[in-house]
Amino acid sequence: MYFVKEVLEQSSETRKKWEDEVKRAVAKQADQKPEAHWSTVSSLPIKRLYTPEDIKDLDFANDLSAPGQFPFTRGNQATGYRGKYWTFRMFSGMGSAKTTNERWHMLLREGQTGLSTAFDYPTLMGYDTDSPKARGECGKCGVAIDTLDDFLQLVDGIPMDQVTTSMTINPPATVLWAMYCAAAEIKGIPLSKIGGTIQNDMLKEFIAQKTFMCPPEPSVKLVSDTVEFGTKYVPRWNTISISGYHIREAGSTAAQELAFTLRDGMEYVEDVLRRKQMDVDEFAPRLSFFFNAHIDFFEEIAKFRAARRIWARAMRDRYKAKDPRSWWMRFHTQTAGCSLTAQQPYNNVIRTATEALSAVLGGTQSLHTNSLDEVLCLPSDHAVQIALRTQQIIAEETGVANTIDPLAGSYFVESLTNEMERQAWEYIHKIDEMGGMVAAIEKGYPQMEIADAAYKYQRQIDAGEKIMIGINKYLTTEEVPIPLVEIDDEVEKQQIASLASVRRRRDGKAVKSALDNLKNACKKGENVMPFCIEAVKNMASVQEICDIYREAYGEYRDPGLF
Amino acid sequence: METVKKIQEGDVRTASRLIRRIEDGVLEARSTIKKLFPLTGNAHIVGITGPPGAGKSTLVDGIVTQLRQKQKKVGVLAVDPTSPFTGGAILGDRVRMQKHAEDEGVFVRSLATRCALGGLAKAVGDAIHIMDVMGKEVILVETVGTGQQEVDIINHSHTVLVVLIPGMGDEIQAIKAGIMEIADIFVINKADRDGGSKLYRELVSLLDMAPASAFASGWRPPIVKVENSFVPESFNNSVAELTQKIEEHHQHLLASELMVSRERRKAAVELSEAIRNTVYEPIMDKLITEGTIDAMVEELMAKTSDPYSLAERIAQRFLKS
Amino acid sequence: MGNTETQGYSKEERVKMAKRTLRVMVAKPGLDGHDRGARVLARCFRDAGFEVIYTGCHQTPEQIAAAAVQEDVDLVGLSCLSGAHRYLFPAVVTALKERKAEDICVIGGGIIPEQDFKMLYDSGIKEIFTPGATLDGIVEWVRKNVMVRE
Ligand SMILES: Nc1nc2c(ncn2[C@@H]2O[C@H](COP(=O)(O)OP(=O)(O)OP(=O)(O)O)[C@@H](O)[C@H]2O)c(=O)[nH]1
Ligand SMILES: [Mg+2]
Repeated sequence: MYFVKEVLEQSSETRKKWEDEVKRAVAKQADQKPEAHWSTVSSLPIKRLYTPEDIKDLDFANDLSAPGQFPFTRGNQATGYRGKYWTFRMFSGMGSAKTTNERWHMLLREGQTGLSTAFDYPTLMGYDTDSPKARGECGKCGVAIDTLDDFLQLVDGIPMDQVTTSMTINPPATVLWAMYCAAAEIKGIPLSKIGGTIQNDMLKEFIAQKTFMCPPEPSVKLVSDTVEFGTKYVPRWNTISISGYHIREAGSTAAQELAFTLRDGMEYVEDVLRRKQMDVDEFAPRLSFFFNAHIDFFEEIAKFRAARRIWARAMRDRYKAKDPRSWWMRFHTQTAGCSLTAQQPYNNVIRTATEALSAVLGGTQSLHTNSLDEVLCLPSDHAVQIALRTQQIIAEETGVANTIDPLAGSYFVESLTNEMERQAWEYIHKIDEMGGMVAAIEKGYPQMEIADAAYKYQRQIDAGEKIMIGINKYLTTEEVPIPLVEIDDEVEKQQIASLASVRRRRDGKAVKSALDNLKNACKKGENVMPFCIEAVKNMASVQEICDIYREAYGEYRDPGLF
Repeated sequence: METVKKIQEGDVRTASRLIRRIEDGVLEARSTIKKLFPLTGNAHIVGITGPPGAGKSTLVDGIVTQLRQKQKKVGVLAVDPTSPFTGGAILGDRVRMQKHAEDEGVFVRSLATRCALGGLAKAVGDAIHIMDVMGKEVILVETVGTGQQEVDIINHSHTVLVVLIPGMGDEIQAIKAGIMEIADIFVINKADRDGGSKLYRELVSLLDMAPASAFASGWRPPIVKVENSFVPESFNNSVAELTQKIEEHHQHLLASELMVSRERRKAAVELSEAIRNTVYEPIMDKLITEGTIDAMVEELMAKTSDPYSLAERIAQRFLKS
Repeated sequence: MGNTETQGYSKEERVKMAKRTLRVMVAKPGLDGHDRGARVLARCFRDAGFEVIYTGCHQTPEQIAAAAVQEDVDLVGLSCLSGAHRYLFPAVVTALKERKAEDICVIGGGIIPEQDFKMLYDSGIKEIFTPGATLDGIVEWVRKNVMVRE
């Protein structure tokens, strides 16, 4: 019991008095908002008041304890942010490798502490810029990379042994990571010195973001290849960033984001264990996570705290990990793109700041803050700077980093954290019963849950039951123009030309034999990473390698479930 | 007539417009069907049915791939249910077949059930005629479930595939309840799953138990296992086998008397649908619009008359004999 | 030419007997997979009583046009969030024209800056909906502007 008996008695007594008073006041109140109004953005009902009674069953040692101690509800690090602030990591990439490289240098000059790469759609989907499928997309949403030639430009002048780099890349993760490894080697930096993250979380692509290439099973196989390779040769690399961000952006609730992400994580753990090449404690410490920080302040904080707790329990009890670092859930956070509005875009600064604050109070290890213009176009230099400054202000002015997990013990926050955990386990067990996440995805289960939640939310917005300022309340007609960044269609032409030139220059025979070796490895079920590195070094393109995967493993198509 | 000629030339736009007008019940569209009718009878019509989510559309997609490798021209009619509440529908089968969208040898058309009593089967029948005249050699008709509406639709086909998946629990029950009679080929889809072999054994013993008269024509429905569609090689191999069986069944029909009897069944169904469409429905529509039905319901409520007397009154008014 | 099937019915009666239903296609051209909006819209069209054909993600303009013709839809709604709309939307209109289906109305939605509107309207896109458009507003626009084509 979390409280002594006397406190609970007093609590009950005072609560009853308070309830009477509320009843009287409510009777007099003219305009009553419906109960649903006082729910979270995920439609989780919230009470008017929380008291010690709401957390009377909290078990201090098992549910809270101290930072750095199981179950890590209060944080992984004993030192909190006094040891080190979270990493200020702005997601960026646009146009050509050269343009993106310039943006990276700018960000590092402005005090960013880690790099994060956005790739364009052809790269994300494993196509070259000159593919008919890539028409019109080059450089639009991120940087265009076709071969190692482009990649070397991207990391030009970047101290790869000092700065860690995150790459949001999924189906072709092996290829782009191979390029990073090859680039380091060319610069004379050993693989043991480079650090960073590849997102490489394919399950959430099937569930939410729909950037997929091969069917679920072989996709998970490729993920496990990187996990094994990383553990052996690139020990500072996070070979997967198990992501809830996109699940949330697709319209899920907070509890769904939490549950599906963690269940995805368990699926990867189970797959690596099934291969019997490694012990859980060998690879689990390098698994990392990535969450969304949405607009509902306390719900998000509770979600982050619950996430750490659930993962610790699962790793220790379900997978029998012994190393406390295997129990840690380390995560990056991005503020919610879907909470921003194209209307009155300057309001987005306030939204982002609030969301960033919830991530920090939830104990994130790394943070991206959206730029105010991101719903309209690629972020401008100025908008990115405001977003980065938002983090710096939270870290260095507000004082919230002074103490660890400042909201612990709050009746409301603890109760909400418990509720998040309860709902998440419920989903996790349901998916277990279906035979795991791959089976659930094949049934369309998480996809449908999210689609239902998204539809419900849109209806609530349309009906004015949930509020988005500028969309369904406080509309203005007056427009404050903001400068838009657009990628010139010229970029595509240049990229196609430079790809053609690489194709002319490279040794065709060497490319073919490297690709043949990769094909063989796929057939035999060997780890593809060494072959992939060899292929990129010979200037094989992203698509040339991905075509081999598509041929060997099959192509996955959108099942379009409703 | 212009439209007929265009359809004979395989013009997709004209054909899809005509199907639309048939679905919508535009009366003028019928005159075209009348002209098309004598030109029909060349296509092999294959019905595919089974429970929701059994993988029928995925299978159709695979069969189309196989048929295209043999240069066959293919038509697909995919039927999805209409929401009884809103009258709307999301026609989701097509998503699985989009990779054939640009192939001019393939024409995929989705149809909604529109809650129409018998009307759907009529539209399907006419759409089959239209695709037939377009020169489609094989026409695949996908419907969900095993209800009366589906049986009506299935009656339009020469070869019927019943798709089952392991782990549905009461699948054998469903088979006993009527599907057995209509199946020419059984497909066990997602056969890689737990329960695949069990379902296979159950089906075999079910077929073993059937009286010899059930296979009088000498065709015992084969059972084809289709492997996980996510593993391209084994999936393609098993669908190739299935396509082979479909072709064998077609040959069997042609070699025996069976094709004639299937055609006769089809003709009878069409006639009864046409009668429903031209006689029953217009009369009902008229009675509803002029308020007769409402008035008669009131009579019944007041017990001043009974359903038979009222129906006879209507018969006297409309039937001259 | 004697039309036996229409004999005995007035024009109004015939119109009433025909149960015309709007058929619409919701399509996602290009490589981006953010289908939240497209799927919400498809559901909303269904609930408005339309027949909806959804193509799934990752479609080429040619695939979309071919499907629209085969399905005889009255409207194609395109959704694109990758910024490639300047190429993809007009390409769908062109592909429809090539199939003599320029009478099919094409609308677009997604992250589309206002400065691109003119170029898209000029290319034949009939209306553009950006984030913040309500579902009911879109349905109303469709009801007002899209007819079952005779
Ligand atoms: N595991 C597995 N999943 C499959 C297989 N074939 C299809 N599916 C999946 O099952 C789901 C339903 O497939 P469909 O082909 O749409 O099934 P259907 O019978 O046409 O469904 P309805 O038309 O909705 O009744 C999809 O998500 C497919 O990807 C298979 O062989 N194995
Ligand atoms: Mg289907």
